[in-house]
Amino acid sequence: MLLDETHVTILAFILWSLLKVAVITVVMLLGIAYTVLLERKLVGRIQNRWGPSRVGPFGLLQPLVDAAKSFLKEDLIPTAVYRPLYLLAPILSLGCALISIAVIPFGEPGIGPHGLDLFEISNLNIGLLIILGVTSMGVYGIALAGWSSNNKYSLLGSLRSSAQLISYELALGLSLVGVVLRAGSLNLRVIVEQQATLGVATWNLFGGFQFLAFFIYLMAAFAETNRSPFDLPEAESELTGGYHTEYSSMKFAMFFMAEYGNMINVGCVATLLFLGGWTSPFGNLIEPPQNIFVHALMPIFWFVLKVFCFLCLYVWVRGTLPRFRYDQLMNFGWRILMPLAILNIVGTSLWLAYR
Amino acid sequence: MHLGTWETKLAGPDSLNSNRFTLIYNREGFFFTSMHLILFLLFAAFCLAGAVNLLLQTHPINSSLSLIVVMTSLAVLYLLLGAEFLAIAQIIIYAGAVMVLFTFVVMLLNAGREDRTLGSRAARPIGLPAVVVILGVIATVIIRAQGLGAAHLGQGLTNAPNQSNLVLLSQILFHELLLPFEVTSVLILIAILGAVALARSDGSNADANERTAAK
Repeated sequence: MLLDETHVTILAFILWSLLKVAVITVVMLLGIAYTVLLERKLVGRIQNRWGPSRVGPFGLLQPLVDAAKSFLKEDLIPTAVYRPLYLLAPILSLGCALISIAVIPFGEPGIGPHGLDLFEISNLNIGLLIILGVTSMGVYGIALAGWSSNNKYSLLGSLRSSAQLISYELALGLSLVGVVLRAGSLNLRVIVEQQATLGVATWNLFGGFQFLAFFIYLMAAFAETNRSPFDLPEAESELTGGYHTEYSSMKFAMFFMAEYGNMINVGCVATLLFLGGWTSPFGNLIEPPQNIFVHALMPIFWFVLKVFCFLCLYVWVRGTLPRFRYDQLMNFGWRILMPLAILNIVGTSLWLAYR
Repeated sequence: MHLGTWETKLAGPDSLNSNRFTLIYNREGFFFTSMHLILFLLFAAFCLAGAVNLLLQTHPINSSLSLIVVMTSLAVLYLLLGAEFLAIAQIIIYAGAVMVLFTFVVMLLNAGREDRTLGSRAARPIGLPAVVVILGVIATVIIRAQGLGAAHLGQGLTNAPNQSNLVLLSQILFHELLLPFEVTSVLILIAILGAVALARSDGSNADANERTAAK
């Protein structure tokens, strides 16, 4: 197992950790803001219009204006809501969306002062399970928001959402088992390094023959993040807005940010598990650069590029596919994705046993 | 004690599995044992507060949320004892899946605030001592039991500090105890099938009719 023995004082360790947490949180929040812009621009292009283009060059300052707008709007709390849970729900949602990044390695390990890892907050040997656990806790934000709003549209939206999340969590978890079997570890770093040797050829998606798992993960991830074509919890035409109907101002913005944060998390996990994480698609065929800065920044570039591609795929799907019906959604999850995921596990284990 | 002694080894991610800290008895070791103790006290307090709150709340959804607090705090206590897999399984299965189902049911039934009943008059004077006695008996049995070994805060569960207890657990489950494990899973499967059969019992005739009609 990885036992990173570092030689630092406790104080330095704590300070570095706090610094990493602060920087990564800010980057994550910025990432969320610009994912929203990316979506609006891309969907605009898909629908043959410009998207936001007035604020700043190419509309690049739009997220800042949006944030200012959210802050300045009147913060309504309806009288009939159950206040404690109504206030707790958006915090839970956003909190769960922001916590997952803590275990995600996004750069070359072992770079940093005193042997501390600069590009990962914490390296845990159950990293993957932590992400799944945090995701499963995220359901509460949505469920409580819908229930505490005391509004039938909200309640229907949150019930749909809870059922959907629970159903697709199974397929999502099972689809990852093949990858874990191949790596023999739940440590995200080990999983990435196992794919690193020959670049694209050894990624789990191609060389690892996990494309079925990737397909299942993709579908389940769309459902987990309540994104189109599985955005039934907030289907505007049926539910006026779903679980966040009664929320306004920053509280609505928190749900909104949580959704995009979850998109980024899902993209990060897909990158780590199927697309080789921070390693370059050329693997070890290209010699590592000598310059320390290039050596440190190239992995981050590859990681961000892969996550970016994944987010573009998300937006593309949203701009293309219509919404599922509720019974179709449940049938698809339980009757198609689940058996396929189990088949993938059996196939992968047989192959590993045979090899 | 001069500054040099601060430069001791600080294990990183697998620190839960290494019993290095308690072996080094200098300021750092003391720092870590006391930190583990503080965390233990904090989350034990959370756990107890959640449990008491669970009983005191009159609204079912508050009670179920308190139960989530209890389960999550228990997970942290497992983590402090070095059982990281057990901890995260506790969060995923109990706090994440089982309790979602609980809250789901509470929400679906739209259960309202319940009246506090005084219960039988005997409950108050007898209840608390009875609980204390039962807990005492259980604790004594566990403490007296031979061959259970001891676990210490901040140490691993096993003697192999560098090995994840995930590996050891899976070896035990899938090698040594394979048959009982599989039998248990079949048992659970039968329970699931039974539940499905019971839930479908009234609709099955209609389905059969539909199928014959389709043919």
